[in-house]
This record gives sequence, structure tokens and C-alpha cells, in this order.
Amino acid sequence: MGKVIVVTSGKGGVGKTTSTAALGAALAQRNERVVVVDFDVGLRNLDLVMGAERRVVYDLINVIQGEAKLSQALIRDKRLETLFLLPASQTRDKDNLTPEGVERVITELKRVFDWVICDSPAGIESGATLAMRHADMAVVVTNPEVSSVRDSDRIIGLLDSKTMKAERGERMEKHLLLTRYDANRAERGDMLKVEDVLEILSIPLIGIIPESMDVLRASNIGAPVTLADARSAPAMAYFDAARRLAGEVLPITIPGEKRGIFGKIFARRAA
Amino acid sequence: MTIFNLFRKQRSAPTARERLQVLLAHERSSSGSDLVSLLREEILAVIAKHVQVDSDKVQVKMDRDENVTILEIDVEIPLDAVSQAA
Repeated sequence: MGKVIVVTSGKGGVGKTTSTAALGAALAQRNERVVVVDFDVGLRNLDLVMGAERRVVYDLINVIQGEAKLSQALIRDKRLETLFLLPASQTRDKDNLTPEGVERVITELKRVFDWVICDSPAGIESGATLAMRHADMAVVVTNPEVSSVRDSDRIIGLLDSKTMKAERGERMEKHLLLTRYDANRAERGDMLKVEDVLEILSIPLIGIIPESMDVLRASNIGAPVTLADARSAPAMAYFDAARRLAGEVLPITIPGEKRGIFGKIFARRAA
Repeated sequence: MTIFNLFRKQRSAPTARERLQVLLAHERSSSGSDLVSLLREEILAVIAKHVQVDSDKVQVKMDRDENVTILEIDVEIPLDAVSQAA
């Protein structure tokens, strides 16, 4: 039986889709069978970030409504054999996403894949609660910024009350993925530090993704950042996070810290 | 330039941190408001059976930790009420 992960945040634009694609690809690069599922009905974007936007024929809603088989809707990644995408519908109403339908699809996916990664829509409406409903684990994507931290706190509350796991009285495993982190700004006191966010949200950290041009570059060409440039700082941070998801114990490193004089010069030029 | 900035601009991250801590302490205790207010009422009723207390002297708060959720109950009982009950 595969593991179901929800990538969630409450706030929009913090990097849920980027992180879903990057973590999904990173796990598939370890030869595990992975499916990334877009739950953002009406505003799908995972297909675009994965570079599969022109290959979408059927989607999650089609499968739920019985208009297509799951195998017809799944899109295999062109670069990684073990990576699949289940896109959301762009045209249908999100009310077509029924709790029973979602349960059926997730159960079926769990049988075939090692990892089912659900990309949640922003907000706390039905799309977001359905994306987290059957999760075994949650990755809470947060930027070191007040509104994102507040919304993550709200989402953590929902993970602890509205999920199947919570309703069964079990503990939902939650992990913080801090994205767009700038160690230099945090050091100068202009950005919340890792430990500030950790203290406020009090869930364990699974990774720190540095603010980086490489993330935008990857989405421009339609590749998860771990595939676009595997040696870039954000890619390496995502690889580490994926290893921690798989249960490995690794020390957390703060990307961009302890930079030498050359690093500082290059950082300024990059900015 | 950077030296001048250092003197002119206050560090903003500590302010962000403080504001969040205050706000979330409040939001966490009110988000489970149904449960908290129910508990508050019932606890108050139990205490009122034995001693007289002001309803605003009973504080029920819920806070979250990494592993547990803490229910904090703070009841202020006036001195004479205790002696009466005894």
C-alpha cells in the first residue's frame, strides 16, 4: 500500500505546486512509483509545471464521474518512467469533486503507487479539505512571512480535525517545508528565521528551500526543479526533503548560510 | 550605505514574530471555540455547585504543542467562598 501525502498551505503562491512536482520527481528519481494529483479544479497548474499541459486528455473529474478509466487519465512523465500525473479539470465545476469519488480514486492509486502526492488548492474550502482528507502525512508549505505562517497555523488545525486520520483518533503526521528562504535576510533580521517559524508552528521541519532563480527557470521550461537542474540549491534541498519523507534521518542544513566572500559577490550579482 | 541603514532601519523580523505569537495564541483558543466554550460552561456549572465564582473568573484556553494539545483551566476563587464551603 502506498503512502498518501498532501501538500498544503492555506495561502496561495507559497510553492505548493512547485513542491509537489519537485518532491514527486525526487522520489521517482529514486525509482519509486509516484503519482502527483492536482486537486485544484478550475485552476490547474501542476500539468504546466510538469510540462505535460499538452498531453492532458482526461482528468480527475472525468474519472470520478465515470467518464474515463483511471488508467486513461494518468499521464506518464516523459523523463521519468515511474512518475505519473493525474490532472485536475480546468473547465468543470469543483462541486463535481465528491468525497466518495475522491476516496475511490485515492484507494485505487494507493494500490498501484508507492507515493500518492496530492497538490492542494489554496484556501480552506472543499477542494483543500478533500485533498487532505485521505492523507497519511502532510507537507505544510510555508514562506517566512506573517500571512503565510498564520494560514499554515490554520491549516494545521484542519489537518488535526477534518482528516480521516484525525477522525479515527490517530495522529496526522505533519511536516514543515519552509520555502523561499533567504538566509542572508534572516541573518540581518529582515526575515523570520527558521527557528522562529518552527517555534510558532511547532511541527517538525522536513526541509528548507532557498529563494532561487532556478525555481522560476524550471517552471518556465516545464520541468520539476529536481529534473531541470539537479545540482541547483533548491533541487538539492528538495532531494533531501524527499529522503526525509522516505524515512531517512538527515541533518537539516540551511541553504545559503556560511557563504564565503566569493559567494557573497555572486549572490549580489544574481540578485 | 549599509552602515547608515543599520542605524536607520529597525530589524523587522522580531516584530513579525511577536505579532504572530500574540495573534495565533488568540486564534488557536477561539478556533476550537465550540469545544472551549462548552467546556467553560460545564466547568463553571460544576464549580458553582460548591462555591460561588464569577463567570469571568473562569478562563479556559487551548494551546498546541508539537505532540499534545494543552487545555488550560484557570479558576479564580475568592477567599471567603472557600471558607464558606469548608
